[in-house]
Amino acid sequence: MATTQPLTTTKTLVAKPQARISRRDRLAGPIGMLLLYGFLSGLALLTVFPFYFMLVTSTHRTSDILTIPPPLWFGGALIQNYQELVAALPFWNALWNSLAIAASHTLLVLFFCSLAGYAFAKYRFPGREGLFAFLLATLMVPGVIGLIPSFVIMRWLSWIDTWYPLIVPGIANAFGIFWMRQYIDGAIPNELIDAARIDGAHDFRIYWNIVAPVIAPALAALAILTFMGKWNDFQWPLLILKEEAKYTLPVALSTLRSLRGSEIGVQILGATGAIMPILIVFLLASRQFIAGITAGAVKGG
Amino acid sequence: MATLTVEQMRKQDRRTTMREMRRNGWAYVFISPFYILYTVFGIFPLLYGLWLSLHTWDGISPMEWVGTENYTRLLVDDIWWKTIYNTIWLFFSATIPQLTLALILAFIINSPYIRGKDFFRAAYFMPIVASAVAVSLIFISLLGQRYGLLNYALKFFGVEPVDWLGSAAWLKPSIALVTIWQWTGYSMVIFLAGLQSINPELYEAARVDGAWTRHIFRHITLPLLRPVILFQVILSIIGAMQTFDIPVMLAGGTQSSAPGGTDRAGLVSMVLIYWTAFKYTQFGYAAAMAFVLFILIVIFSFLYNSWQGRNPTD
Repeated sequence: MATTQPLTTTKTLVAKPQARISRRDRLAGPIGMLLLYGFLSGLALLTVFPFYFMLVTSTHRTSDILTIPPPLWFGGALIQNYQELVAALPFWNALWNSLAIAASHTLLVLFFCSLAGYAFAKYRFPGREGLFAFLLATLMVPGVIGLIPSFVIMRWLSWIDTWYPLIVPGIANAFGIFWMRQYIDGAIPNELIDAARIDGAHDFRIYWNIVAPVIAPALAALAILTFMGKWNDFQWPLLILKEEAKYTLPVALSTLRSLRGSEIGVQILGATGAIMPILIVFLLASRQFIAGITAGAVKGG
Repeated sequence: MATLTVEQMRKQDRRTTMREMRRNGWAYVFISPFYILYTVFGIFPLLYGLWLSLHTWDGISPMEWVGTENYTRLLVDDIWWKTIYNTIWLFFSATIPQLTLALILAFIINSPYIRGKDFFRAAYFMPIVASAVAVSLIFISLLGQRYGLLNYALKFFGVEPVDWLGSAAWLKPSIALVTIWQWTGYSMVIFLAGLQSINPELYEAARVDGAWTRHIFRHITLPLLRPVILFQVILSIIGAMQTFDIPVMLAGGTQSSAPGGTDRAGLVSMVLIYWTAFKYTQFGYAAAMAFVLFILIVIFSFLYNSWQGRNPTD
């Protein structure tokens, strides 16, 4: 920082060079800026377009969709597609299953991760550094090695075709604990905890009454992230769930892919049903979404 | 103190440690769920997977010890190496472009002269909130050969209709396309957060010194962002080597008896492992595949790390 100091002073003292510099300051000239905005907007359009296409296509019959050009405006077949969708698979049931699994998993994650994060942030116990380093290292272990044995373990536990394998593993996970520790470390003054301890508050009581209420923003970000991951999870539920009545949405949807001669509009409407709930929450709370995703990744570096 | 023997000092240390442990007893209780769960669902599966890979097992009858036979068989299994080739191909054609594009976008959006940051950030980020299965269904329609919108659009440029998902030549590029579409915004948002943590005074100083944008990018942004990039690339290696959802959906679906599409062009290692274990019920062989993939991931991450660690971006 020492080197920047004199430079800033020069800048404020000498007006003329600053005008010259401010032109350079920009990323590009007027035409360049136009091109940059064109590039950014074009990519944004390409990114958002498939969602629009999805909404449009779910309102058409296959006979309309398979035309040249394909329809780009809404049609009138939404109700018919919907009726066929709920006839082809237990859509609302799968939606409810996804919701129940993701919500209960998320609640448990919030509790166990914030509890452990609190311990790592505010206690100075022997072995703390080593245990935390181990926890961080587990983040780097690829999951592939555990897939087959985990399935076997679930069979030993008689947990196949139940929701337990989807809810229980990962409720105290390294990412969540790391994320909560970072936040609690900065958000809660030690004096607050010491004062409560002097008042005779029990360890868990301090967590529950003093720590938990203060860390709501961090909990919200972690909740969004966890919920989203569970809602979209595919490989593991595909492996665990056998009975159609227990399917989560992605598993139920994947069966649509294989149905021969099935209506495209019906498939896409199913996709809409899986995407829209999360997408709506995202559009309402994109800041929290993005905060949740970035926090761990940047600090982790 | 000086009069204490080493033995006495050690004893005293141990006593202090014990006292500290007792005093912080609840901390151990609070962190214990992670270590218990990780032992059951993390460490044990890892060791058990290794054990499995030394057996043949159909999942029902008793396991049969075969030593390293699964591994020697794997060494000459053309299909397995094809999946490794496909997986690495996808890493270079999907993950690398995705990270590069994300970095460029993040740099542009981070500029104080670009307006509508929140809008662009949210727009690029949207795909990652969507289920990969649902996204695949949408793209299967968009990439249709005869009536797909992409081929329709390409016709205006005089391009003949491409059989995106049906031909061996285009299946991998299609998977790469969908992967890039879904993940670029995610990486962009992380790089952007990294950029925003760089002290703006550094840019200011460089600009006053007369540095041009591309110099700033090369000599300030990239070096300062290196830890974030390094971490992201390693996570991407881990993620890309285990990719499953998009390839399995675009190349035939989950009920396909011949996964991977035409000529197995879209067959990635994770899908082959899944099929070998749970459809062909060769648990031991699949466990060996999983272990080899695990080792490859560790090697690639390590190579990248040491390469980037030794060779700073000037």
